[in-house]
Amino acid sequence: MLPTLSLKKETNAERVMQHASGDKRFKILEVHMKKHQFRHDALIEILHKAQELFGYLEDDLLLFVSIKLKLPPSRVYGVATFYHFFQLKPQGEHTCVVCLGTACYVKGADKIINAIQDKCKIKSGETTADNKLSLLTARCIGACGIAPAVTYDGHVAAKQTPEAALGKISTWI
Amino acid sequence: MQLDDLNEIAEKHKSSRKKIILRTCMSAGCMSSQADVIKKNLEAEAKAQGLEADVEIRRVGCMGFCGQGPLVGVDQNGGHGLWEFVKPEDAPAIISALKGGECKVQRGDPKHPFFAKQMHIVRANGGIIDPERIEDYIAIGGYTALHQALTEMQPAQVVEEVTKSGLRGRGGAGFPTGLKWGTVAKSPGAKKYIVCNGDEGDPGAFMDRSVLESDPHIVLEGMAIAAYAVGADQGFLYVRAEYPLAISRLQVAIKQAKQLGLLGAGIFETPFNFNVDIRIGAGAFVCGEETALMASVEGKRGTPRPRPPFPAESGLWGCPTLINNVETFANISAIINRGGEWYAGIGTEKSKGTKVFALTGKIKNNGLIEVPMGIPLRQIVEEMGGGAPDGRQIKSVQTGGPSGGCIPADYLDTPVDYESLTKLGSIMGSGGMVVMDDSTNMVEIAKFYMEFCMEESCGKCIPCRAGTVQMFNLLEKITQRKATARDLAKLEELCDMVKNTSLCGLGQTAPNPVLSTLKFFRKEYEALLQPDPFGPRSDGTAKQPELVTK
Repeated sequence: MLPTLSLKKETNAERVMQHASGDKRFKILEVHMKKHQFRHDALIEILHKAQELFGYLEDDLLLFVSIKLKLPPSRVYGVATFYHFFQLKPQGEHTCVVCLGTACYVKGADKIINAIQDKCKIKSGETTADNKLSLLTARCIGACGIAPAVTYDGHVAAKQTPEAALGKISTWI
Repeated sequence: MQLDDLNEIAEKHKSSRKKIILRTCMSAGCMSSQADVIKKNLEAEAKAQGLEADVEIRRVGCMGFCGQGPLVGVDQNGGHGLWEFVKPEDAPAIISALKGGECKVQRGDPKHPFFAKQMHIVRANGGIIDPERIEDYIAIGGYTALHQALTEMQPAQVVEEVTKSGLRGRGGAGFPTGLKWGTVAKSPGAKKYIVCNGDEGDPGAFMDRSVLESDPHIVLEGMAIAAYAVGADQGFLYVRAEYPLAISRLQVAIKQAKQLGLLGAGIFETPFNFNVDIRIGAGAFVCGEETALMASVEGKRGTPRPRPPFPAESGLWGCPTLINNVETFANISAIINRGGEWYAGIGTEKSKGTKVFALTGKIKNNGLIEVPMGIPLRQIVEEMGGGAPDGRQIKSVQTGGPSGGCIPADYLDTPVDYESLTKLGSIMGSGGMVVMDDSTNMVEIAKFYMEFCMEESCGKCIPCRAGTVQMFNLLEKITQRKATARDLAKLEELCDMVKNTSLCGLGQTAPNPVLSTLKFFRKEYEALLQPDPFGPRSDGTAKQPELVTK
C-alpha cells in the first residue's frame, strides 16, 4: 500500500513539473516565490500572484505551489478554498460583480442581481455556457457612498439600476 | 533624516505652491465616475486657458461627500469652494470660473451641516493632501510626531500619553488602546510585532478604505510610534484584496517613507528600526477577528483560536503582537503632537475623541463623516444626513454591521458612544451606519445579515457553523410565511445558544441583528407567522397530532 501511494505522488509531481516546464508563467511565479524566499507565510501572496497570472487556480497550479514551497498539498488547497477571492474554476471573458453590501442591498442590489440572473439564466458564481460572462457577488467593495455599485471587468460603476446593468451586459453577450 | 531635513522638505514644498489649488477627489468612489479623466481634462484646460502657472491640479483623497461625487474642491484667495457631480466635459467651465467666468456645475456648500458639524482628527488631511506624495504629508507637519516620540520621549512615556488620551480601539470592541500597548510593552520577548487591521469586512463600511486611500502616511506614522512604544521592529498592514487602490497607495507610501529614511533602519538617526510589509487579504470576513487575522498573516486559513493567550502575550509566531485598527493608528500622531489631555477633552466621559462613520443607505447625504463621540444620533442622520429621501420617514439606523443591531427611530436622541449603543443592543462597531426608511422590511434585513454570517462562518466551532445555518433556515421560513410561533421561539433559543457558546466574535455577535430587530420590531415577525396547528388553542387545550393509519 505505502509504496504504491508514494509512487503515485512522485508521478504526480513529475507530471506537474513537466507541465510547468513548458509554460513561461510558471517561471514568473517561481521568481515571485523566490522574492518571498519561499517562505510559508507568503502562501496567500503567492496564490494572489498565481491567480493574477493564470486567471484561476487549477489543481496542477496548486500542486506546483505546494512542491515549490515545500508545503503539503492539503495546506495549499485548504487556503485556496478558504478565501473567497481565489477562483478554482476558469472565469468567463467578462466578469460582472454585484456588490451585496448592506448599503447596496437596501438600495436595491438584490433586484439587480435577480434581473441579471433571469436574463442570463445563470446563478451568482456561475459562468454562461458560451463562456462570455461570469456573474459574481461581493460582500462589500467599500463604495457605499455611491450604492448600489456594480463592478464590470474591474471598473466600478456607481448608482446602478437593473436596467443599466442589463444594458451594460447586453453589449457583452 | 533629521528634523531640519524634514522642515526643509516642508518649506520647499510650501514655497512651490501655486496660487490656486484645484483638488480632484481620486478616491475609489469618485474614481468610478471618471475622476481620473476629470483631472486630466482640468490639466489640459488649465494649459489651454493659460492658467498653468497659477493653478495646481492636485490629486487628493476622499473629501467625504461621496454621494455627490465626483467632487472638485478649490482653494483660491484664502477661500474654499466645492463642485459636485462634476463630469469630464465640465473642465473648461471650471477653469474659466477660476477667472470669474460663468460655471453651471453644481456648487457645494462647505458650510452645510454635513461639513460644519464634523471634527477632523483622523481625516484631517483627507481631501487636502496628495496621498501619493510624502512631501504633501510632511508639509502639513507629518512625521513630526514620530520625531518627537523617538527623540524626546521614552517608550513608556508614549504609552502613558496614549493611556491619558483615553483612546479606545476603533475596530469595534472598544478596548482601551493604552492598556493594550502597555501589555505588549511589558510582555517579555526579543521579537515583537505590530499588526494594523485593515480587513474592513463589515458590509456598509468604508472608513478604513478611505483613510488608507487618502492619507496612508498617517497610518504608517501611527504604526511606527506604536512600534517604538512597545519595542517592535516589524509591522504588517493587512488590507482587503477588494481595495486595490488602497493597496497601491500604501505601496507607494511605504516606498517613499523608506527612501526618506522614515521607515527602515535607524529612523531619524536613532537606533530605532521599523519595517512595514503589506499583507493582502483574500476575502474572509472572519479575518477581522484578531486571532484569525494573525493566522492569515502567517499564510494559513483564517480560523480563530481561543483566547487567552491574547495576542499581546502570544501572537504572530508566538511573539507578543500589538493589533490595532487603521483608525486607531490614525489617531496616534495627533495624540503625540497635541497631547493626551487635549484628546481626552473631546467626547464623553468614557468614549474619547472622534469617530469616523460611513453614513449610507436611505439617506439624502451619503458619505463619510468624522464626529466627536457623544453626538446624538439624530444630529447625524437628520441634520448632517438630511433625513430620508423622497419624503419618507427614517425607520431605523443600523450600526456595527453583521455584529451590530438596528436602532429604531424612537431612540434617535441616543448619544453615539460605546456604552449607549451597547445598551440598545447594538454596538459602535467599526463605523458603518446604514439608514433604513419605512419601506425597509426588518425581517429581510435580519435574514440578509444571517445569510452573511452563515457564509462567512469559518466552520471551526459548531455553534456558529451549524447555528447560523439553522437560524437562516428559520428566518427564511418566517419570510416565506410558513413559520409558526414555535419556530420563532426556536429562533430565539438558538440565538441565545450561538451567542453564548461560539468561539470568536463572529459567532458571538451573529445573532445580534436578529435579537435587536426582535426587540424593537417584533410585530413585523409576528405578522408573518401562521397559526400553529399543534399549538395551544384559545381554550388552553392543545390539539393532539392525529395518528395516520393505513
